[in-house]
Amino acid sequence: MSGKNLKLIKNPLSKENPITVQVLGICSALAVTAQVKPALVMAISVIVVVALSNVIISLLRNTIPPRIRIIVQLLVVAMMVILVDQFLKAFVYDVSKQLSVFVGLIITNCIVMGRLEAFAMQNKPWASFLDGIGNGLGYGLILFIIAFFRELFGSGTLLGYQIIPDSWYAANGGFYHNNGLFILPPMALIIVGIIIWVHRSRNKDLCEN
Amino acid sequence: MKDFSNKYIFIYATVLVLVVAAVLATTATLLKPFQIKNVNTEKVQNLLAAINVEASFDEAETLYKEYFKEELGINKEGNVVDVYNVAEGKMVEGTERPFAIDVKKQQSLLKEGQDVVFPLYVYEKDGQKGYVIPLQGAGLWGDIWGNIALAADFNTVVGVNFDHAGETPGLGAEITTKGFQEPFIGKHIYDAAGNFTSVIVKKNADATTGNEVDAISGGTITSTGVSDMLKKDLEFYQNYRNKIVE
Repeated sequence: MSGKNLKLIKNPLSKENPITVQVLGICSALAVTAQVKPALVMAISVIVVVALSNVIISLLRNTIPPRIRIIVQLLVVAMMVILVDQFLKAFVYDVSKQLSVFVGLIITNCIVMGRLEAFAMQNKPWASFLDGIGNGLGYGLILFIIAFFRELFGSGTLLGYQIIPDSWYAANGGFYHNNGLFILPPMALIIVGIIIWVHRSRNKDLCEN
Repeated sequence: MKDFSNKYIFIYATVLVLVVAAVLATTATLLKPFQIKNVNTEKVQNLLAAINVEASFDEAETLYKEYFKEELGINKEGNVVDVYNVAEGKMVEGTERPFAIDVKKQQSLLKEGQDVVFPLYVYEKDGQKGYVIPLQGAGLWGDIWGNIALAADFNTVVGVNFDHAGETPGLGAEITTKGFQEPFIGKHIYDAAGNFTSVIVKKNADATTGNEVDAISGGTITSTGVSDMLKKDLEFYQNYRNKIVE
């Protein structure tokens, strides 16, 4: 893989992260991050949808009339999302149930349309594919970080396994309570804010003057 | 930027829409059998879960035949209109297999005051006969559903299981967890005086009444949905219950 292509994958993980730098896809970052498992499945679904939609739009890019390009992009994204949803329902039914309405809502995830408009319309299919994978991963990475803290402190578990020892809990004579605020969506926003803060303090060039 | 004529744009849009429609229609048709099998197997798994039998996807069908004896179709007056023998796999009475009844559709028919038939499952576990009643209601974001298993007295709760379409993970979605469902076991749907109360889901439930279960903190609307669903759906079977228990 050439250096340029590698950048397509690496940049969205940090310097061009769709959530923390471009501030896209915030809505789903709040909705599916109360636990780690749905966050991971959501991340995988978004990676698939962005990467494949990018490829399709990139293949069509020279034939798409600019005046209806947004409609065409929307059509392709909607098709991909329905396909992913149908496949999940047929072959990984329990996962599809866990994600429920959120799979359908990938259509409204600004990251997808953003990448189609900003990248796939101007670039070749392979580069677009990598760009989709990179942005999907960048999105997934942040989702995972948020879900990690929310599930650990909100429920005392990770991926459903108990992490905080049972004996710590006040119900069993201990001193510990799960923090209910972590379960609620506002905490996801606060965590995103902290991630952005840490991220920018380590990458000064991201700060506006 | 290249200039495209109006004609080109119209043709392009039409062709693209047709292609996408064809792709989606084909996929949906091809995947349909898999999806229906998933849905039915899950329904069986849920029925088994209500009587506290955990079944994997592959063994669900076998276990269902082992524990469930009959599927009954009950009408508004409490009469049995359909009987399906599970072991023999055939209808004994009536024509429609109760398993195939769409509970949600029946509920809307019931609201309109039309004739309805609701399913009731008869099981036998450890020599004890009992009933499983399917539930269907509304949570915060969408449908919730489940099953409640009652002992032969049509009063004591043997087990429950709940599921949902899109309740919030960590909050309303907690109705699917053991922590929420286990307290239902041993509760009663009648109070000490013999009046129908259903099992009420509420905050600070009073454990001494035997009719109340704790709600999920932060999932109040979903909890209330479960409570309403139980009351509404159990009530339908009261006519039938009065016939068999008296």
